[in-house]
Amino acid sequence: MAHGPAKGFTRWLYTTNHKDIGSMYLWFSFAMFFLGGMFALVIRAELFQPGLQIVEPNFFNQMTTMHGLVMVFGAVMPAFVGLANWMVPLMIGAPDMALPRMNNWSFWILPFAFAMLSSTLFMQGGAPNFGWTFYAPLSTTYAPPSVTFFIFAIHIMGASSIMGAINIIATILNMRAPGMTLMKMPLFVWTWLITAFLLIAVMPVLAGVVTMMLMDIHFGTSFFDAAGGGDPVLFQHVFWFFGHPEVYIMILPAFGIVSAIIPTFARKPLFGYASMVYATAAIAILSFVVWAHHMFTVGMPIAGELFFMWATMLISVPTGVKVFNWVATMFKGSMTFETPMLFSIAFVILFTIGGFSGLMLAIAPADFQYHDTYFVVAHFHYVLVPGAIFSITAGVYYWLPKWCGNMYNETMGKIHFWLAFIGLNVTFFPMHFSGLAGMPRRIPDYNLMFADWNMISSVGAFLFGAAQVVFLYNVIATIVSGKKATDEVWDNPEGLEWTVASPAPYHTFAEPPEVK
Amino acid sequence: MLKTARGLCAWMLGFMCLLVASSALAEEAERWKFNMTPGVTPVSQDVYGLHMQMFWWCVGIGVVVFGVMFVSMFLHRKSRGVKPANFHESTWLELLWTAIPFVILILMGIPASKSLIELYDTEKSEVDVLITGYQWRWKYEILGEDVSFFSNLSTPRDQIEGHAEKSANYLLEVDEPLVLPVGKKIRFLVTASDVIHNWWVPAFAVKRDAIPGFINDSWAKIEEPGIYRGQCAELCGKDHGFMPIVVDVRSEADYRAWLDEKKAAAAALAELTEKTFTFDELYAKGEEIYNRSCAACHLADGEGVPGVFPALKGSPVAVGPIDHHIDVVVNGVAGTAMQAFGEQLSEVDIAAVVTYERNAWGNNMGDLAQPLDIYNHKQGK
Amino acid sequence: MNLSWPNNPITALSVKLGLTVCGMFVFAIWIMPPLYDAFCDITGLNGKTGDKYEVVDTAVDTSRVINVQFVATNNEGMPWKFGPEIKQMSVHPGEQAMINYLASNPTGNDMVGQAIPSLVPYKAANFFHKTECFCFEQQALLAGKDAILPMMFIVDQDIPEHIKTITLSYTLFDVTDRFSKDELLSMAHDGL
Repeated sequence: MAHGPAKGFTRWLYTTNHKDIGSMYLWFSFAMFFLGGMFALVIRAELFQPGLQIVEPNFFNQMTTMHGLVMVFGAVMPAFVGLANWMVPLMIGAPDMALPRMNNWSFWILPFAFAMLSSTLFMQGGAPNFGWTFYAPLSTTYAPPSVTFFIFAIHIMGASSIMGAINIIATILNMRAPGMTLMKMPLFVWTWLITAFLLIAVMPVLAGVVTMMLMDIHFGTSFFDAAGGGDPVLFQHVFWFFGHPEVYIMILPAFGIVSAIIPTFARKPLFGYASMVYATAAIAILSFVVWAHHMFTVGMPIAGELFFMWATMLISVPTGVKVFNWVATMFKGSMTFETPMLFSIAFVILFTIGGFSGLMLAIAPADFQYHDTYFVVAHFHYVLVPGAIFSITAGVYYWLPKWCGNMYNETMGKIHFWLAFIGLNVTFFPMHFSGLAGMPRRIPDYNLMFADWNMISSVGAFLFGAAQVVFLYNVIATIVSGKKATDEVWDNPEGLEWTVASPAPYHTFAEPPEVK
Repeated sequence: MLKTARGLCAWMLGFMCLLVASSALAEEAERWKFNMTPGVTPVSQDVYGLHMQMFWWCVGIGVVVFGVMFVSMFLHRKSRGVKPANFHESTWLELLWTAIPFVILILMGIPASKSLIELYDTEKSEVDVLITGYQWRWKYEILGEDVSFFSNLSTPRDQIEGHAEKSANYLLEVDEPLVLPVGKKIRFLVTASDVIHNWWVPAFAVKRDAIPGFINDSWAKIEEPGIYRGQCAELCGKDHGFMPIVVDVRSEADYRAWLDEKKAAAAALAELTEKTFTFDELYAKGEEIYNRSCAACHLADGEGVPGVFPALKGSPVAVGPIDHHIDVVVNGVAGTAMQAFGEQLSEVDIAAVVTYERNAWGNNMGDLAQPLDIYNHKQGK
Repeated sequence: MNLSWPNNPITALSVKLGLTVCGMFVFAIWIMPPLYDAFCDITGLNGKTGDKYEVVDTAVDTSRVINVQFVATNNEGMPWKFGPEIKQMSVHPGEQAMINYLASNPTGNDMVGQAIPSLVPYKAANFFHKTECFCFEQQALLAGKDAILPMMFIVDQDIPEHIKTITLSYTLFDVTDRFSKDELLSMAHDGL
């Protein structure tokens, strides 16, 4: 009955196996991570010192736009979907995803979306240059012709995410092994369930907003054009109605990964499991009523400013609960510091620092000084790089032995960690200072007073980039020639995924496991 | 061991003393500017206060949370032979660490709400300024005074491209700063003419989106005369980083004098429109205007950027009929990045720049435009 | 064709989720913009002023004076000369007032313009009523022609006490390419 994978390229093209698709998602996102990283390094190289040296301002804007789009939609989101594909069926004792054919489809449209997006770089007039937030009318009336390709690329990415989300919800709600009640599910499964609902709710809104742009550009409507009775500010409201939940889409699964890793290496069960679930749900719900904190300077009535300020501050309560729970999990544990744990601890510390600057940004009057400066850039990179990227990295190190059956090189993992940790802080911490000193974001050149901080940031960025090459090498070396890993891999870890062999067989849980 | 530690301490102390004694320290601190400016208005000082208050709250919370974390990372390690505890739930603890942050939030939010209400009170202003964002310059109009002008980046291209040393106010200097009186309540009305811009002067804590078709307001009461600089804070296209703001705050009398000067200059310019210039005068002035207003897109050598901004060297417009050339500069070209300069440049400036474009880079048309031609064109004649 | 609800729980759930997706898409395009407009109407957000107003109360409150400022901006690519005849006026709440804007088309082309109003403070938007305004429709001007564009307004008697100044801004947009030549000619002002 059980059979192995097909041979050759068609294995990957036609596969409906959750492990194959998970691997493809992960490799794809790794590739996009390097592509987005290249764009970031172009930005940092130009900003290494004041003056225009390497790129023209218009190309610089294309780089900031493409860096944002590729990292958000190409690197972080597919990586989380890849992890979900691999781990969710293994964690809930399901033989595969609920909708395997759709799973194949939702992956395979992604490369086309990004091929289309990247091809705009070579078009006349250049790639999108209006920032990843693509505010109208810069992205409509004043956009380069390639905007239409950008819109279609976003549509395809959105369709892929929506299909992925439907699949994950259907899997979690229908395919759990007998005895795996909702409140017994690992936290990664919980956070992904909630994330998938967020995706279902807001990805169509993103599709809607780009559709409205398309109609304004080509079909004479005036959603965002004041001349025809529309309103450019409406764009921002609709965009951020998508955009803020999107931010949590990129961080909730990270919470799940870290909640799996910290207990393993603290050798102590996760503290406050139920409160973690409730806090995640609370964050998800609150994310729908805080969007306008991205727009404090747009000229909202004061009642609006006050509402969004208080609602935003409120989010720090459930987020705080999570951090406290992780710390309480470590407290009185018996800790060791393997690479996944190092990345997870760095996640907790640096994500909390990002949370602090987020709390400062929530204070509307102070936001008038922070808004659209490097302080904001520092803030969201502190939540996204140590948040999303570090947690994904931690997850890869944690589960890689299960995926490929080989143990990674611990020394090299630690080198990767320390390079990345130092590189990240050297890159992004000075951005707090340049932002507070008054440097606006998305500028290709700046006054001399920002020069020193920018030079440090650029050095850090190249260090961080180098660290990822170590990561790539370590992953390949592990797969090709790593030492054999045990089935349990770690010291008595919790979860069904550790009950199957390493590497995980092509088909697992054909017979549902018994859940105690 | 102790000796080394003591030696190290002494060495560090010596180094610190040296650093403190050094007169360069103050200069270094200035160079490594790392905090928000307290600014020169009551609102900006409030905002600075809130910022610092929030910062210390965060530091406090951070010390507690990271403290516990580092202590357990140090004490509760397997290498120290600790056996793990097995507790994993505590309802009262969960409630406690929900309730305490909640209280802290309220303590943070109340002063912030108060400041916000103050920040929104734009009534009873004494001077009203209409600020319009353009790609990529600002226009200022003092309402009720009939003074209106454009403010362009004045940093030379040479500095930007690294052919000349960068000055202290690199990218933060303009040809015509906005002049305002000290100690008066000033209301800023902010709008835009093309895409969304954002008028931001950190020293006033004023940052408002300039949105095409809509008007926004904000205010400042500047307590100290001086020159204050800011930048556009919303991505507005190619030269977003090159549209600074300079506000020169002066005493009431000096401000009045500036207004008079501006009005006199406008009258003088009107007179110049009547004057006939020589070719050389127009060409020389044209080069200056071109480098300031046109070279950002069409480049100083008139080559443009293929596919984005057309070249002027040998272009059908620059070597075609002069009427059409004037029309393009005055009225712009609909649906392209070529804006209408009729409002932004004076008749003299447009005449000069047209003359320059028709004769530079080997265009050699040999003809010229006089200010009166531009004036007549603007009147539809 | 008879579509029955699928029996397979996975299919049923997927259909439900798919419908939610469609619903959210519809929400984004067809519900959010009108909802936002309604919200702006109620709160005065963005300073959009209302449509033509029918006078209900003609009592003039002479105890108060409201200073009304008029400003005008040309959107990019709009070469018309456009601005208010006077820059500001003082009115009593309830008083019928009138202001002329002047527009001229100096170009060699027939053009259509649309003026978009916006006013601050936003709280005043719902208390500023226009009984007649050129901004209610597009204005066409033949090449080289000019026109006087009148606007009549009343400041509501119920305007909050603290509002002393209202700034009304018009931004003029070039909307020529939305009209055919014939439409333009039938709309055109006769000129002066």
